[in-house]
Amino acid sequence: MSLLEKLDAAAAARKAQLPEGIGAFGIPIEESYSATEARIGKRRVLMLGTNNYLGLSFAPECREAAHQAIDQEGTGTTGSRMANGNYYGHRALEREFAEFYKYRECIVFTTGYQANLGTISGLVGAGDIVLIDGDAHASIYDGCILSGADIIRFRHNDPADLEKRLRRLGDRSRNTLIIIEGIYSMLGDQAPLAEIVQIKNTYQSTLLLDEAHSLGVLGETGQGLVEKTGMNDEIDFITGTFSKSLCGIGGFCVSNHPQLDQLRYVSHPYIFTASPSPATIASTRAALKLLQEGRLLRERLWQNAHRLYSSLEKSGYRLGPQPGPIVAILLDNPRQALTLWNGLMEHDIYVNLVLPPAAPEGKSLVRCSINAAHTTEQIDQVCDVFSKLHPIVA
Amino acid sequence: MSEVTQEQITALLCQRLANFTEIETEVSPETNLITHLAIDSVKLLNLVMEIEDQFDISVPLNTLVDVLTVQDLANLIYKIKSLSQ
Repeated sequence: MSLLEKLDAAAAARKAQLPEGIGAFGIPIEESYSATEARIGKRRVLMLGTNNYLGLSFAPECREAAHQAIDQEGTGTTGSRMANGNYYGHRALEREFAEFYKYRECIVFTTGYQANLGTISGLVGAGDIVLIDGDAHASIYDGCILSGADIIRFRHNDPADLEKRLRRLGDRSRNTLIIIEGIYSMLGDQAPLAEIVQIKNTYQSTLLLDEAHSLGVLGETGQGLVEKTGMNDEIDFITGTFSKSLCGIGGFCVSNHPQLDQLRYVSHPYIFTASPSPATIASTRAALKLLQEGRLLRERLWQNAHRLYSSLEKSGYRLGPQPGPIVAILLDNPRQALTLWNGLMEHDIYVNLVLPPAAPEGKSLVRCSINAAHTTEQIDQVCDVFSKLHPIVA
Repeated sequence: MSEVTQEQITALLCQRLANFTEIETEVSPETNLITHLAIDSVKLLNLVMEIEDQFDISVPLNTLVDVLTVQDLANLIYKIKSLSQ
């Protein structure tokens, strides 16, 4: 089979899975009106499928900062941090992230994906081991593959299973990087961090926590699961993204280990890519300030999350394990998930459709993400529509 | 399961794989995991975790790149199991 024939076969398999479901992926957003509303085709829809957890995508402070940066520094850096792309803003944002977490070091990457790719592939290599949660994000898998380390999975959110696998490794557990996430992107559940920290200490392993979906969402100042659980002194490396609660694009890694700085010289995803644009860095710096001061936004977000979760539960839907900004509705099969997704679109509500193998354990999901800017009326409107639609998937 | 033979591993895999696939087929050592059994990547990863527990070994995912058939997988498990004893 030729290279192009392989792609044709993959396309045919995708169409065969759910012919009428193709349009649900990569749906064109024609106009974005606010943090909660957009136009898809001719419909003005309520957006319940973004990662805009604090609703900051139109924050005046962030927009103003981005405008100023473009005027003063231009549209792009045109080079890597190692060459001509290491601006004042990049270094300032690294200082601000380190101060935010009260950690010694920070490296900013061009995307959140690259933050995991660059951190993991810089930390471990051939002969080392990465022990990753079974539901880990693709960026974690790809970082592990790039590293050349031995990749072993443990059962999702199961500390006993993690310990069993560490025990099997014997002395190699000391050369093992355990990788978990604060909030898992598909089911929205949180890692049992305290138990995992205890195990990593027992086996003298190293722990990387990805706070991509928990930054801004958990903890008094929004650091994430690390702050919520009071584990700041126990985590070796924290990665995260600017593209969710910070409404930009980029990523970071913070650590108390001074050796993190060495990644700047060994990590290809850091070295061989252009640095983030001045506007992105400026808006992210402004958003990070708002995030830290955003206790009321977090309260609002969690009120919305609990309101939606409990209403869907009452309507009879099967949901992810715990309430949070990501509310996953579990369906029996792709067709049922697409039926619900279409029903929601017909009522001007956009959510994410997730089909196997993208969702864990071969599940089909309709995935809602909640936003601090959603009004109570909007959440209630969504709850009513879900309630009406329940018979079509019951 | 301290002194397991390669044949025992192959037989056990054939039995387990029959439950893992939705395709009605007899699983033999020559059966291709992807083209014959249509086992997707997630199912294969879950199968690996079961194998690890069954044989009390670690099977790094990066060692699976050359595994195409049931026999390939059995050979890999036997090799890892032998080295761990």
